[in-house]
Amino acid sequence: MRYLPKSDTERRDMLRAVGVDSLDALFAHLPQEVRLNRPLEIPPGKSEYEIVDYFRARGDECASGYPSFLGAGVYHHYRPVLVDTVVSRSEFLTSYTPYQAEISQGTLTTIFEFQTMICQLTGMEVANASMYDGSTAVPEAAMMAIRLTRRDRVLVARTVHPEYREVLSTYAKHQGMPVVEVDYARESGGLDTNDLEKKIDDRTAAVIIQSPNFFGIVEDVRSAAEIAHRHGALLIYVFAEAVSLGVLEPPRDADIVAGELQSFAISPSYGGPFAGIIATKEKFMRQMPGRIVGETKDTRGNRTFCLTLAAREQHIRREKATSNICTNQALVALMATVFMTVYGKQGLRELAEHNLAKAHYLAGKLSLPFTGPFFNEFIVSTKPHTPDAINAALLDRWIIGGLPLERYYPELENTMLLCATEMSRRQSMDIVAEAFR
Amino acid sequence: MIKKVRPHVNQNEALLFENSSPGKRGYQLPPLDVPAVDPGSVLGPANTRDEIADFPEVSEVEAIRHFTRLSTQNYAIDLGLYPLGSCTMKYNPRVNEQVARIEGLAWAHPYQPESLAQGIMEVMATLEKMLAEITGMDAVTLQPAAGAHGEFTGILMVRALLQSQGHPRRKLLIPDSAHGTNPATATMAGYAVENIKSNNLGMVDVDELARAVDGDVAALMLTNPNTLGVFEENITQIAEILHAKGAQLYMDGANMNALVGIARPGDFGADVMHLNLHKTFSTPHGGGGPGSGPVAVKDHLVPFLPKPRLTRVSDSWSWNYDLPQSIGRVRAFYGNVGMHVRALAYIMAHGGDGLRNATLDAVLNSSYLRVLLEPYYDLPHHAPTLHECVFSDARQAKHGVRTGDIAKRLIDYGFHPYTVSFPLIVPGAMMIEPTETESKAELDLFVDALISIAKEVDETPDLVLSAPHDTRTSRVDEVTAARKPILRWKP
Repeated sequence: MRYLPKSDTERRDMLRAVGVDSLDALFAHLPQEVRLNRPLEIPPGKSEYEIVDYFRARGDECASGYPSFLGAGVYHHYRPVLVDTVVSRSEFLTSYTPYQAEISQGTLTTIFEFQTMICQLTGMEVANASMYDGSTAVPEAAMMAIRLTRRDRVLVARTVHPEYREVLSTYAKHQGMPVVEVDYARESGGLDTNDLEKKIDDRTAAVIIQSPNFFGIVEDVRSAAEIAHRHGALLIYVFAEAVSLGVLEPPRDADIVAGELQSFAISPSYGGPFAGIIATKEKFMRQMPGRIVGETKDTRGNRTFCLTLAAREQHIRREKATSNICTNQALVALMATVFMTVYGKQGLRELAEHNLAKAHYLAGKLSLPFTGPFFNEFIVSTKPHTPDAINAALLDRWIIGGLPLERYYPELENTMLLCATEMSRRQSMDIVAEAFR
Repeated sequence: MIKKVRPHVNQNEALLFENSSPGKRGYQLPPLDVPAVDPGSVLGPANTRDEIADFPEVSEVEAIRHFTRLSTQNYAIDLGLYPLGSCTMKYNPRVNEQVARIEGLAWAHPYQPESLAQGIMEVMATLEKMLAEITGMDAVTLQPAAGAHGEFTGILMVRALLQSQGHPRRKLLIPDSAHGTNPATATMAGYAVENIKSNNLGMVDVDELARAVDGDVAALMLTNPNTLGVFEENITQIAEILHAKGAQLYMDGANMNALVGIARPGDFGADVMHLNLHKTFSTPHGGGGPGSGPVAVKDHLVPFLPKPRLTRVSDSWSWNYDLPQSIGRVRAFYGNVGMHVRALAYIMAHGGDGLRNATLDAVLNSSYLRVLLEPYYDLPHHAPTLHECVFSDARQAKHGVRTGDIAKRLIDYGFHPYTVSFPLIVPGAMMIEPTETESKAELDLFVDALISIAKEVDETPDLVLSAPHDTRTSRVDEVTAARKPILRWKP
């Protein structure tokens, strides 16, 4: 087998050294009753060619090359070629978590740069090396707020991604963490601050908002922070569309930022692997979950980097750790790092402005039920049609339409969420607009 | 003499921010085919940011040199043996990387119509089926993003099962040899932790277990083979003790590389377990992820699996959300699907017999190292081991040299160190797992290196204490890093 680098002669030599006469003898001490006495029912090994062929055929059974107007937490952005060039380097791809700093400076340095860029983008002072994704970063941020405030309840805007809220509720259920939802304003589609004022109390550890929210609306972070802080709660700012930070005011008034970086050159890949982050103020860093890289010196006095603040983590603190997270999303975070480097200061702004222009072009041709400012996605009314009818008509033209919202928000029947990015061509957008007529 | 490497020079590399200069760029966008809009007027001036202060500004050429130069400062499996115990650092087949990038799979949006996602759903369903066969379990969820996330998912399912029987119970039993993720998971799932002591063979003490299991115990979290590489010979009895008191056996599948094709947890009493696709099933570790932590369960836990579940409806795949007893979602969408593609490609390449052969070679490699190193290093537990073995620094400690020092000296010999100071039940642990993808020649070089270091400890301990000597970066001051944290670059 091509992945097993030994000849039978070598195996025999090694068995002789070990002092047994067969490979099976290495398992002789396993009790008879636990042993599998038949071959695994898995087809025989295949050649590389057959494997490629199989997956090509599976790929052909999926949409390929369709213009798509789906967003909702997973965005079609262009992936610069450099991204795969860098992450395909064996030294990044096939290395372990950089515990051995002396031979891991490549990974450690790029993570340090990643943490720095996340801080620059979000207006926070420290960031971790990554979380699994945005959806799991949210409950981790909530648990962090609970530890910091010693309170037990969190408020979450209904306009936070519905699947993020589902994950939050799974985590919260067993931690004695009541989660209460805060409604959105029916006119703007943004946070209903009156409802927030009504529900916040002195047990509230955190208020969680997303911006742009699930409806694409940019939230008034300052007002939400003011209300949260007036009641001694922290504000957690969630983002699912990282490109928005190229143009949006960073959430400086938030206490914790929990985000998803899929937009930064991470393929949609049917929902993962992505990379989440948590960023926060320096004073909260010892309650931050996940790995963190810090700067230090080696014995020769050279600048060097290493994993640090491990006293928060499971391998040191065990049941008292800030989280059980171990393996995170390092290589995916590296994709985001390369993306941020390629676009840089000017490019990320320009990219965000292109998204803004495309979305506003498409939105200008449609009827929007909400008045709040939006970035690259927005809710449209499908009346007099149904969302399904419009999507079916678009599929006939080889276009994937938007996400019908009724499933997540029963009151929003006959609406869908549409997203336009720099990848959306004017011609396809005109076809989409046509379908709503 | 050091046979594997000679000192080599890596280039110095400044940080991106230090290489930046205003106006440099590594991108070009196509011309806008729609009218430009003014951000301030559509978003409102208060919502519009100033420029991102100090964000990188470098050209494409500088970007690729930067990352390529940095990459040369990393060790990697493609450079040689990576003997980290419990981490299963095996070869990551490149064809897996290529098939994961096939457009229809890599660009599938999780909300695209099911009719246009059948191929990727078929991949996931096939992987679920094969993992169920490998583990001897009845059903598998691919949703958890990593091993620890899988543990959390599995324990929540145990909790939901017990809750449905009236009471979730109060605590989890965890052997003192367990990975740190186990107790951390217990806390996140709302359980107290009770440690179970290992016996002098490094196995669970069955009598102590029997005493500890009562109506308060929800489950035992057991790694098998355990972190000493020792198969828990009394596993059937352990499962019986638990089941007799209504408790569940959770198996941490981190060490599944020792069992594939040989023994199946589902056949020896496990009720629920996770797998690490980035260990046993060869998906790359990527410097710390992405991983993937599928969870396999027996029938009685199936109703509690996370939602949605893949289901077959009139000859096509569909997502089923109608699962009233499900623990809910543990992650948005369907998991780290790109890793599922890679793992399936790995299983297909080996086939059923090939997977078993890989296990045989993994155990052969570990046994070979154990036998050749035993004359030079203390082996505190003498029970037979499978895919890994744990030495201690007891002999070297007499010269003031500890496991961490030996590890650093190994770097000079061209190897990544073994796992240092774990499991906690072995003072000064040196935990070695070679995996099956190492040649005899590479193992021999590694043995030579460790024997040579053992001699150095006797003759010139200072040489070992101050290692590494031949690396670009010498020993790193981790204490100052933690005491005075500098976690980002500042101008």
